[in-house]
Amino acid sequence: MKAKLLKINKSTRSVILTVGMILVAYIVCQSLIATGNMSNLLQNLLISMCYYSIMAVSLNLTVGILGELSLGHAGFMCIGAFTGAIFSKCTVDSIPNTFIRFTLAILIGALAAGIFGIIIGIVVLRLKGDYLAIVTLAFGEIIKNVLNVLYIGYDSKGIHFSMKDAVSLNLEKDGAVLVKGAQGITGTPRNATFTVGVVLLILTYLIVVNLVYSRSGRAIMAIRDNYIAAESVGINITKFKILAFSISAALAGMAGVLYSHNIATVQSSKFGYNLSIMILVFVVLGGMGNLRGSIIAAVLLTLLPEYLRFLRDYRMLIYAIVLIVMMLYNWSPACIAWRSKYSQKMHIRKGAAQKKSEKEV
Amino acid sequence: MNFLTHLLNGISLGSVYSIIALGYTMVYGIAKMINFAHGDVIMVGGFIIFTFMNTLGLNPFLSVLIAMILCTLLGITIERVAYKPLRKAPSLAVLITAIGVSYLLQNLALLIFGAEAKSFSSVIPVKSVSLAGGRLIISGETLVTIPICVIIMVALNIFVKKSKTGRGMLAVSEDKEAAVLMGVNVNKTIAITFAIGSAIAAIGSALMFSTYTNISPTSGAMPGIKAFVAAVFGGIGSIPGAMIGGILLGIIEILSRAYISTQLGDAIVFLILIIVLLVKPTGILGKKIQEKV
Repeated sequence: MKAKLLKINKSTRSVILTVGMILVAYIVCQSLIATGNMSNLLQNLLISMCYYSIMAVSLNLTVGILGELSLGHAGFMCIGAFTGAIFSKCTVDSIPNTFIRFTLAILIGALAAGIFGIIIGIVVLRLKGDYLAIVTLAFGEIIKNVLNVLYIGYDSKGIHFSMKDAVSLNLEKDGAVLVKGAQGITGTPRNATFTVGVVLLILTYLIVVNLVYSRSGRAIMAIRDNYIAAESVGINITKFKILAFSISAALAGMAGVLYSHNIATVQSSKFGYNLSIMILVFVVLGGMGNLRGSIIAAVLLTLLPEYLRFLRDYRMLIYAIVLIVMMLYNWSPACIAWRSKYSQKMHIRKGAAQKKSEKEV
Repeated sequence: MNFLTHLLNGISLGSVYSIIALGYTMVYGIAKMINFAHGDVIMVGGFIIFTFMNTLGLNPFLSVLIAMILCTLLGITIERVAYKPLRKAPSLAVLITAIGVSYLLQNLALLIFGAEAKSFSSVIPVKSVSLAGGRLIISGETLVTIPICVIIMVALNIFVKKSKTGRGMLAVSEDKEAAVLMGVNVNKTIAITFAIGSAIAAIGSALMFSTYTNISPTSGAMPGIKAFVAAVFGGIGSIPGAMIGGILLGIIEILSRAYISTQLGDAIVFLILIIVLLVKPTGILGKKIQEKV
C-alpha cells in the first residue's frame, strides 16, 4: 500500500492531501451542525472562511506564483460581488431555479472580474515591482470610488446608469433601483451555503494548482525568477503575466459573488485597501507560493479573533506584526544565519538518532 | 473669483503634498523603496502636536519642534528595525514590510487615541486676508503653507548639492557600490535620509492638519499615497520634481472636486498616476535608468 502511494508523484500527493484536508474539515463541520454542536457564531463564519480562502489562493497566484504584488485584489472581489448580485436580482423572477441562477451568477461575476483583470492587467503589467503595486492599489481605489457613486436602475426600457442620484435615473413607473450609490445593493437572494463555498474553494484550488503544474505555470514561475532570462528563451512575458493576473482576478470575482449572496447589503466601501491587505496577510503567513498554506492561514486568522475575544481589538495590530516579522524572518541576514545554525543542529541530532536506531536494529 | 479661490486652495494643498512627497522621493532615490509608512509618520506627527498643544497646552511652535524631533527618532527607528535588515532582500519583501510598518503605526494610534476624529486647532497664528472687496478670501494657512514649502525645497536643494552629507546622498542614489569605494558610509547616509524625510513630514503634518482641522489614525494614509503619486508625477528621486508634481496634483484635485465630482476626487488623482506611469513613467523631471542584465 505504502509503495503504491509513493508511486504517485509528489505534486499529485500534495493536491490529494489539500483536497482531502478541505473535505475532512467540511465533513466535520457538517456533522457538528447536524448534531447541533456548533455555535451560531461559528456557523456564520463558515461561508466567510470559504471566500477569504478563495481570495487568499487567488492572490497567491499573483503574489507567490507570478511574483508581483497586487494591492487592489479587493477591487476584483467588488466587481464580482456587484455583477453577481445585480444578475441575481434581475433574474430572480425569470429563473426560478436557485441552482441554475446562482451558478450563472457565479460565472458572470467571475467573467466580469476576469475581463477587468485583463483590461487592468494590460495597463498594469507593463510596469514592474513597486510601481506595479501602487498602480494596482490605485485601480482598487478607483473601482471602489466609482461604485460608491454609481446608481443603476432598470425598467421596461432597459438598464439605466447615473453617477448623481437615484432620481436622475429617470425610471419608468415599473422600474426599480438596483444599485444605490454608497448604500450599495440590498436584498440579494441569500443563496450562498457552506457546501457551495467548499465546492468553489476546491474548484479554485484545482484551477490554480493545475495552472501551476502546467507548461504555462512553469513559464509564469520562470518570469518570476528572472524575467530577462525567461524572455531570452522565448517566453511571451506579457501573455503569461496577463493570463495569471486575469485568472487571479476571475477567482476573486467568484469569491465576491459568494460574498454578495451571503450578506444582506453589499457596499463598495467594504472593498477597500484594508481588505486587500488582510488577504495579503493570509498569503504571507501561509507562505508565498504555497496554496495550502494560504487556505490554512485564511481559516486560522478568521477563526482566532472570534474565539480569543481579548485579541479582537488587537487583530489589525497582529496582522501588521505578522507582515513585518515574517519578512524579517525570511530575509534578514541575522535570521537566515540563525535558522541555518538551528537546522544544522537539528540535522546532527536527527543523524545521531538515526544511527542509534540503526544500531539497535 | 471662484476659480481663483479654488486655484489658491489647490496650490495650498499641493504645497502640503510636495512637502510630504519630498520624504518619498528622497527615500526612493537613495534606498530604492517606497516607504509606505511615510504617510503614517505624518499622522503620528499630527498626534504628537495635538497631544502637546491641545492636551498639555504647550506653545504651538514648541509642539511642532517636539514633533519634529520625535518623528526624526521614529523615522530612524523604523529604518533600523524594519528596513535595514532587508537591504539585500527582493523588493517584494521590502514593500510588504513597509506596508506592515504603516499598518502597525495606524493601529497603535488607533489603540492609543481611538477611532473617532479629533479636532485639531490650527498652529498658524496668521489671520486670513480678504481681497477684492471680500470676494477673494485667502486663509492664513494658505498664506503660510506656500512660502514654507518653497523655503524647505530651496534649503533641501542647497543641502543636497553643497554639503558633504548631501553629496554623499547623491552618490549613494547613483551607485551604491561606487559610493562605498569613495568612502561614503551608506548605512549612515540612508539613516540621515530617513531622519530628514521624517522631520520634514512633521512640518507637513502641522500644515496639513491646521488646514483640515481633523485628525484620526487613518488620516495619514490617503495623503501619503497621494503624495507618493505627486512624487511619481514630478519624477521620483528629484527634489524640484516633488514640488512641481505636488502643486500640480493639488490643483488638479481641488479643481476636479469643484467642477467634476466631489466624491470622485480621489479616483481622478489615481487616474493621473496611471496615465503618468503609462505615458511617461519617469515623470516630469525624472531621468531614465536603463536596466542591466
